[in-house]
Amino acid sequence: MRYLRGFFILTAIVVAMPFLFPDNYYVTVVAVAAGLNAILAVSLNLLMGYAGQISLGHAAFFGIGAYSSAILTTRFGWNPWLAIVAGMALTCSVAFLVARPILRLKGHYLAMATLGLGIIVNILLVQGERWTGGPDGLGDIPTLSIFGWIVDSDLRWYIVIGSVLLLVVVLAQNIINSRSGRALRALHGSEVAAEMMGINTTATKTAVFVLAALIASLAGSLFSHQQTFVSPESFSFFFSIELVTMVVLGGMASTYGAVLGAVILTFLPELLVVFEEFEVMIFGAILMLMMIFLPQGLLVGFNEQIRKWLLQRARASGGEQRRDIA
Amino acid sequence: MFDQILQFLLTGVTVGATYALVALGFAIIYNASDVVNFAQGEFVMIGAMSAIALSASNGLPLWLAIIISILITVGVGMALQRFAIAPARGASVVTTIIITIGASIFLRGIALLLWGKDIFALPHFSGETPIHIGEATLLPQNIWVMGGGALMVIGVHYFFNHTTQGKAVLACSCNRTAAHLVGINVSRMMLIAYGLSAMLGASAGILVAPITFTSYETGVMLGLKGFSAAILGGMGNPMGAVAGGLLLGLIESLAAGLISSGYKDAIGFVILLLVLFFRPSGLFGKASADRV
Repeated sequence: MRYLRGFFILTAIVVAMPFLFPDNYYVTVVAVAAGLNAILAVSLNLLMGYAGQISLGHAAFFGIGAYSSAILTTRFGWNPWLAIVAGMALTCSVAFLVARPILRLKGHYLAMATLGLGIIVNILLVQGERWTGGPDGLGDIPTLSIFGWIVDSDLRWYIVIGSVLLLVVVLAQNIINSRSGRALRALHGSEVAAEMMGINTTATKTAVFVLAALIASLAGSLFSHQQTFVSPESFSFFFSIELVTMVVLGGMASTYGAVLGAVILTFLPELLVVFEEFEVMIFGAILMLMMIFLPQGLLVGFNEQIRKWLLQRARASGGEQRRDIA
Repeated sequence: MFDQILQFLLTGVTVGATYALVALGFAIIYNASDVVNFAQGEFVMIGAMSAIALSASNGLPLWLAIIISILITVGVGMALQRFAIAPARGASVVTTIIITIGASIFLRGIALLLWGKDIFALPHFSGETPIHIGEATLLPQNIWVMGGGALMVIGVHYFFNHTTQGKAVLACSCNRTAAHLVGINVSRMMLIAYGLSAMLGASAGILVAPITFTSYETGVMLGLKGFSAAILGGMGNPMGAVAGGLLLGLIESLAAGLISSGYKDAIGFVILLLVLFFRPSGLFGKASADRV
């Protein structure tokens, strides 16, 4: 159960927030956005942090999920839950089709290919006006209801997104600590070595790519029901980059790091609003500085600092004891 | 039909020349320092925007404005190397990608601050009387773009193959430690590579600024196009990157004219994906094997 320790802390925070700050804009509105981003970042972290496969096109799967839900519920009157499943099925087949050729690539080439995929999906969303509503987007998307419990307030959305986030975190932690999780980390270290150990690297990479895409698709569906409006802007190249930044900012190969990165990157623009026209510039500067000075990410870097400090203290007190004996 | 295609080809070569310059800048930085510089497009924007600002609002003659704005961009490129890339030496691919993305957002933020969201254009270098070739027409500026682009490419080729400085930069890209051991000042060569690449970006921006309009956001798409052109031609080969740029320009222009202008960007990226799937080292690159 040790690997779930962080999970209990996260659960406590998620549960406590609405009680500590009832009716607070930052909890019921911004935190919901942060929760969705955290779901996406955790899924991308499985692919990027653990399996070591960069993706600059994760927003594509988020978009496919969101638009599947939006189109099926508004144009065809489908039940939202059925639309979510259909969106995930579509995402699954798209991800499965592109996974093999894309994951054969490495480094900058992999980055470019996933980037291209993201841009192509975004252009299809903008241009496929008959279905997607084009650049203006699609509105009037119905909200969700769970056995008659209609999710129609900010607080209720907080509960839904919070629970899904916790589920995704448990899922991710369980995968990482399973046999397939170890296989993922092995191929991150060295693909050749992993293959020598009898790991089917192609199948493992494909599986984690499809899983990450599926989670993103689910997040997309939730996003479109929560916003009741979608437009291609939300699924652009910039958003993919933002997701990568969340993962790296918190600390690669750490599920809670991804959550932390998502929370920071969602709240940062809200806080930077006070700087008005300086906002974009400051955001860029923070991004650069963090990566230059804390390349291993906030959570990992912070942990290391604490460990170093504890070690130093232990050494200092140890030295005193030795002097006493002498 | 033939005249129409000729028109598309002329447009394609003009756009392709811009892509080629951006792609060449990408390839130079990539080869010199193993960094994919996502701020490459911002060089284009800074060059064009500062030329416009200097010539329009400060009343400088066009040639002086162009020279000063190229110098400004070179300064920005060198500052990027010195203050953002050099301190993070040895960082992973993802980290350097995010640093350059951060830099591009930062530069875009400054441009937004200085010039707002408005769209600007530079005056044409030598009039706007169209030249007729059959049924197709060409602006004098198109010739400026093609000629200027060709000149820059030849200049870069000469620099890398026939000057000591250029060969020293190449040596750093082959083996940094070895270059250092034979007495090459590696950090200065890095500055030269970034400066040169910024100069290419700025020139591309200034050359097309009279034809296409420029705003603080122009750099984003151009940077991505330059990146895909470099991949298309093969990142390891600067002249391949130039060919990739021209090819991408032609493909896009033909696709826009013959298929659909809305999907022209998508078609460019689809071709890029196909090349990556079937020939990952690029059309003109050498196939490489993994070292275990």
